[in-house]
Amino acid sequence: MEFFRIKRDIPFMSWGKYTTTISLLTFIAALFFLYTKGLNLGVDFTGGTVMEVGYPQPADINRIRNTLIKLGMSDVSVQNFGTSRDVLIRLPARPAMSSARLSETVIKALQEDDKGAEIRRVEFVGPQVGQELVESGALALLIVSLGIIGYLALRFEWKFGVAGVIANLHDVVIILGFFAFFQWEFSLTVLAAILAILGYSVNESVVVFDRIRENFRKMRKATVAQVIDNAITRTMSRTIITHGCTQMVVTSMLFFGGEALHYFALALTIGILFGIYSSVLVASPLVMLLGVSRDDLVKPEKKEGAEALP
Amino acid sequence: MNRYPSWKYLIIAVSILLGLLYTLPNFYGESPAVQISPLRTTAKADTVLLQRVEDALKKAGIAYNGMFLDAAGIKIRFPDTDTQIKARDMLQSMLGSGYMVALNLLPNSPQWLTSIGALPMYLGLDLRGGVHFMLQVDMKGALSKALDRFGADIRGSLREKGIPYAGLDRQGSQITIKFRNSDSRAKAEAEINKTYTDLSLREDNVGADFHLIATLRPEAQKRIQDSAVQQNITTLRNRVNELGVAEPIIQQAGADRVVVQLPGVQDTAKAKDILGRTATLEVRMVDEERDVQEAMRGKIPFGSELYTERGGGPILVKKQVVLTGDRINDAQAGFDNNNQPAVHLNLDNNGARIFRQLTHDNVGKRMAILLIEKNQAEVITAPVIREEIGGGRVQISGRMTTEEARDVALLLRAGALAAPMDIIEERTVGPSLGADNIARGFNSTLFGFAAIAVFMTAYYSMFGFISVVALGVNLLLLVGLLSILQATLTLPGMAAIALTIGMAIDANVLINERIRDELRQGMPPQAAINAGYERAFGTILDSNITTLIAGIALFAFGSGPIKGFAVVLCLGILTSMFSAVMVSRGLVNLIYGSRRKLERVAIGQVWKPVSTKR
Repeated sequence: MEFFRIKRDIPFMSWGKYTTTISLLTFIAALFFLYTKGLNLGVDFTGGTVMEVGYPQPADINRIRNTLIKLGMSDVSVQNFGTSRDVLIRLPARPAMSSARLSETVIKALQEDDKGAEIRRVEFVGPQVGQELVESGALALLIVSLGIIGYLALRFEWKFGVAGVIANLHDVVIILGFFAFFQWEFSLTVLAAILAILGYSVNESVVVFDRIRENFRKMRKATVAQVIDNAITRTMSRTIITHGCTQMVVTSMLFFGGEALHYFALALTIGILFGIYSSVLVASPLVMLLGVSRDDLVKPEKKEGAEALP
Repeated sequence: MNRYPSWKYLIIAVSILLGLLYTLPNFYGESPAVQISPLRTTAKADTVLLQRVEDALKKAGIAYNGMFLDAAGIKIRFPDTDTQIKARDMLQSMLGSGYMVALNLLPNSPQWLTSIGALPMYLGLDLRGGVHFMLQVDMKGALSKALDRFGADIRGSLREKGIPYAGLDRQGSQITIKFRNSDSRAKAEAEINKTYTDLSLREDNVGADFHLIATLRPEAQKRIQDSAVQQNITTLRNRVNELGVAEPIIQQAGADRVVVQLPGVQDTAKAKDILGRTATLEVRMVDEERDVQEAMRGKIPFGSELYTERGGGPILVKKQVVLTGDRINDAQAGFDNNNQPAVHLNLDNNGARIFRQLTHDNVGKRMAILLIEKNQAEVITAPVIREEIGGGRVQISGRMTTEEARDVALLLRAGALAAPMDIIEERTVGPSLGADNIARGFNSTLFGFAAIAVFMTAYYSMFGFISVVALGVNLLLLVGLLSILQATLTLPGMAAIALTIGMAIDANVLINERIRDELRQGMPPQAAINAGYERAFGTILDSNITTLIAGIALFAFGSGPIKGFAVVLCLGILTSMFSAVMVSRGLVNLIYGSRRKLERVAIGQVWKPVSTKR
């Protein structure tokens, strides 16, 4: 089997105008939704209480809601979670009542109403903890970006570092845009997925950059655009197959991972799809835009001999 | 060129063997068990106790599957959870409060595996069920408590030295002592400066009064706050031990926070209640000179407070604390002479002395014993002092139920919290959800792996199969490594295992594509294999390092479940580097390396464009 029977190098670089426009548009759209709709932040970041309650029979959402409203919790949200027998109850942070008492009061009332109600999970996050998690999350994003720029700059050249990170931050913003548009819950696990994707899709750029460097050595007469086109074309097959394989696992997580891993897998899926696109059609044009040249990578001194093949 | 020296094969073989060995315990599952550990230094877990427990179980007719003694105490395995709970109750009543009898799960792996340190992976709370709390220590509360203590001590010293003072009061973060003349103030100042180096003093004149204002020095503040956190941790540990939890985690997180993890705890309400309670005991004198009725109308006399006696009416109690719960050595629930539930206290030397003095000076008067919980004080009992009580043995009996007496005794025994604490984060996972989560994580990995295996073998034939074997070794090593390190495995951690599988295959795809590429260029097979591996390595290294950067940052800044994800991700990258490069190369060398005339390799169809000109 061989999926990719590409006869000639695909002139990716000549499409630069269109791809940049598309990227810019999706990027702006993502920013727009982030600004207008905002992220549907989970309890990890906002503070509050989330309870998962299991019933032996399909749960009556309205009845549960009424029971809780009778307790004076008018701002409660009750919804099904995964199956019709599981219910997710969300309560905003409440300074007057201690969290410990809150969840107890709720489960007591529910068990009075229906003996079969079983508490499966309680998550309470105090408001100050939520704020800290937001801060440390943002800090982690910053550190990862800087670390990757630093590494790519060391390994290649600063232009590659900057291009790689911009391309991947563009992915991150688009994932966030999706989460804002569909109002999917943005939790700590999703943040972890995004940071993992950031590290993972930089791989993609690294592979292409590696080829570009190699091609600069080999294809002495080619223009920069030709060099990059060739590099992308020849790594194309690997890109698709690798991402396809990773996506297989992620799909498996989407199907079998249950609700807890649902948004995690979803974030990874979007990240993988846009990761392919951005490393091919965003990072490389950016490198060209930043004005990379043969001299940046191929040092005429002894180094070349040292790196040549045995 | 495609041959490995035998030491490389040896490394591969040894690591696979170790991986197998340490992964093995994960397949045996766990059985319900009861763990007995000594709580006091006087109680010992030894063969004598082992014999006692064995006899008791036999006598009660409780079947068990095994029993052994280790550094942590005695562990007994049971066939099912019903017998486990029955045995726990029986043993707890037999052994009394000197031992902790806790429910636990023990791995079923054979003894020889356990003895070489091969244990199953350490499951996080979201997989095994349990409670996670983060508690914040109220630092202001710690300081006011310390100041209150200083206030009481200063009173004592001044009285002892015969220095007259008109009043002593704490407001916020300072203590104000009032004097009638500057002479006694000067004496007091010298005395306090000598004895209490933690306080800094300032003179102040208000009208005709001579004031001395004491505040805590900054370094003393810091020390008090640090020790408050430490004492709270100790207290929490005592309380958790009293609850009977196997393998609890109680540790400091940040300057003023404590994390408590109680795996397998089902009765979260009880746990929360016991942990969050800031019960302490105070002994004060009842103010009998002033009128209670007057006070109820809002005219509370200066220096006294109005409380309600348990099961009785309002009572006026002096503000001055004679004795606090810190002086308690031991507390046991029991019954008094009239067969009413009571708490028996044993005071330490200092406490016993103070108590004797107090009862000596106040025969015929009433004292009040207050239980203070969450800033709410209640007078448990206010008995009339009939005679001097020496020896430090005190019995409190007021209208209590047996249950209440037991709780009060537990809280007093475990010690008071040095400062109040609030739960600022709580994560509770029921055991059924934990089991579901394990199944979800396992299935995600299994089906993801299967899909990749099918695809890789179909696409790259022999080389694909080799990649899959390498991927399997990667999984094996990862699980083995997690078992050896006993790193906490959480649901995000399981997701990370699945994800690493998906990412690790990248290295093999890179290699295989490179080899195809070289073959396409017309390189002979042996050379193509070599070149493929050599050239792909740099790329593999680069791409893994960038993911590693993300993993390390996640570990450094993540909390709880995210840390679990990061650990697995980082370890997975390391094992995948080894398996994808070294193991798969080893296999390739083993299969193809020795063939001198290799015409073609099974790496799937290598398609060549008709015109290869560039």
